[in-house]
Amino acid sequence: MSIVSWLSPAEWQAVGLSLRVSFWATVVSLPFGIAVAYALARFSFPGKQILNGLVHLPLILPPVVTGYLLLLTFGKRGLIGGVLEQTFGIVLAFRWTGAALAAGLMAFPLMVRAIRLAIEAVDPRLEQAAGTLGAPRWSVFATITLPLMLPGVVTGAIMAFARAMGEFGATITFASNIPGQTQTLPLAIYALLQVPGGEGRALGLVAISVAIALGALFLSEAVSRAIARRISGA
Amino acid sequence: MTLSVQIKHDFGSFALDLAFEASDGVTALFGHSGSGKTSVINTVAGLLRPHSGRVVIGDKVVLDTERRVFVPTHKRRLGYVFQEGRLFPHLSVRQNLAYGQRFAPQGAARADWQHVVDMLGIGALLERRPNALSGGEKQRVSIGRALLSSPDMLLMDEPLAALDQARKTEILPFLHRLRDEAELPILYVSHSVAEVARIADFVVFLKDGTVARTGPPADLLSDPESAPALGLQEAGAVIQGHVLCHHADGVSEIAFAGGRLYLPRRPEPVGSVLHVWIKASDVMLSLAPLSGVSALNVLPARVVALRLGDGPGAMVQLEIGNERILSRVTRRSAERLGLSVGQTLHAVVKSVSVAKEDVG
Repeated sequence: MSIVSWLSPAEWQAVGLSLRVSFWATVVSLPFGIAVAYALARFSFPGKQILNGLVHLPLILPPVVTGYLLLLTFGKRGLIGGVLEQTFGIVLAFRWTGAALAAGLMAFPLMVRAIRLAIEAVDPRLEQAAGTLGAPRWSVFATITLPLMLPGVVTGAIMAFARAMGEFGATITFASNIPGQTQTLPLAIYALLQVPGGEGRALGLVAISVAIALGALFLSEAVSRAIARRISGA
Repeated sequence: MTLSVQIKHDFGSFALDLAFEASDGVTALFGHSGSGKTSVINTVAGLLRPHSGRVVIGDKVVLDTERRVFVPTHKRRLGYVFQEGRLFPHLSVRQNLAYGQRFAPQGAARADWQHVVDMLGIGALLERRPNALSGGEKQRVSIGRALLSSPDMLLMDEPLAALDQARKTEILPFLHRLRDEAELPILYVSHSVAEVARIADFVVFLKDGTVARTGPPADLLSDPESAPALGLQEAGAVIQGHVLCHHADGVSEIAFAGGRLYLPRRPEPVGSVLHVWIKASDVMLSLAPLSGVSALNVLPARVVALRLGDGPGAMVQLEIGNERILSRVTRRSAERLGLSVGQTLHAVVKSVSVAKEDVG
C-alpha cells in the first residue's frame, strides 16, 4: 500500500488545504508580526499596553469567541467584511482565505512573542554604532537589526505555521467546515470522528499532524541554530 | 575646524552644565568616572539629546535646543570609536570596514582604504569575523571603520579602557600615527592621566558635570593646583624630547629642552619624537648637585610654584629648560629644604621609574 492510497483523495485534499492555509497565514502575517514586535520591543508610545493586549487576545480568548468576533467584523454584514466585499469583491467568511485569516490571527501572538524576544536580544548599541557610521534608521534595521534577529524570525514563523496547522475553533466558527473549501486537517479529523467507524481513517490524519508538527519543531531548531552560527561566524 | 559645545542636562541624580570650545588636533575630555565625559561625547554624536544645549561642529549647527535644531546622528558625519568596539558580529572585518563607506556623501573627501588598512595593520584580518579577533585587533578595526566612513571629526570614548596593558601598548602607536597622519580633529574621552598626557593637544578637564579647567596638557598636568583634582597618585607631567642615541649598555639618551634623560633602551630609531611621562612621586629634590647616587637623571631645575595641601604632602612645580615637571614631596621636606619660588635646585628622576608604557 503506497502512502498516497493510505488516505482517500478527500483526506489528501484536507492535508493540502491545511498546508496552503497555514503557508499563507504565516507569509501574510510575518511582516505585520515583525512590525508589531519591533514597535513593542524598541519604542514606548501611548497605547503600547493596549496593543500588547490586543496581540495576545487570541491566546487567552476561547477560539470560538475569536472566530465569532471575526464573523462579526469580517462577515458579509460585518464592518470590514462588508467594505471588502463591496469595494474589492473579497469574501473571507466560509472561504479558505477566511480559514487563513483565522489561523493567522490565532498564530499571531506566538509569532510576535518569538520575534520580540529576538529583537530584544539585539544589542541596541550596535544600532547606535551603525547610526554613527551614517546609516539612516531604515538602513540600520535592514542591515543590522534584521540579520541579527533572523533566527527569532525563523522560529516565530515556523511556530506560527505549526500553530496555524492545528487551528480549529476559530476556523470552524468563521470559515465553517466545508470539505474541499475550508475543511483543514483538524476539521477533517473532527468530522471523521463524528462518523461511526471513522476512527481508523482519522488515525492516518493524526499521524500526519504529528509528523508535520514535530517536523516544524525540528526544522525551526535546526534553521535558527544554523543562522545563529552563520551570524556569529563561529 | 572648531567644535563648540554647550550643554545643560539634568539626569536626576547628576547634572551636566558646561561649555567649552576645541579646535584641531586631539582634544581630551578628561575626568574621573561619573564626571560626565561620556554624556558630553554622546551629545556631540547625537546619541543624547540634552534638555538645553548647543553644539556646533565647524560651521554646522547640529544641536540648538533654543531653535529646535537637532541633526540626527547619521547626518552628523562623525566617526565614533566606542570603548567596546561594537563591531557588527554578523559581518566580516572587510564588511565592517566597508559599512560606513556607502553612506558617505558623494563628492566628499574619501578616506583611502589601503592607507587606513596599512596604518592600522589590519590587512591580514579582513576575512575574519569579529569574534575571532583579539581585543586589540577589534579596537583597531573599530578605528578603521570609523575612519573609512570619512567623518568630519573622530570621537573616541576610552578606546583603550577595556584593554589590558599589553593590548594598550599594542594600540598606542596606532593612535599616535592617527593623530599625526589623519587630518581630522579628534575628541578623546579618557580618565587616564598618562593616556591624556601622551595623546592630547588640548585638555578639557571635567569635574562633577562642569568644566574644571582647560588648557594644553603640559600646563594643566604640571600645574600643582590641579594635582589634587587629578588624584595625587596620578599627578605628573609630560615632556617632549627626541631620541639622541642608543648606548651599548642598553640605555637610550633622550634630548629635551631642559637637558638629557636616560631611559632603558627604546625601540624607536634615533631622531624619533617621544613624549615622556614623569610622575610627581618619582621626582626627588636635592639642594646640592648629587654625586654617588644610582639615579641617572639629575637635572638642574627652578621652583616655579609650590602648593602645600591640607595633608602631609607638598606639590612642587619645577622648570627644567622650558619644560615643567612636578615633584611630590612631604611638607616636612619642603620646610627642611626651605623651598621657595624662584629657588634653584636639582631634580632627581630615576630612569627606571619612567615606565615603558608611559613613553610614546
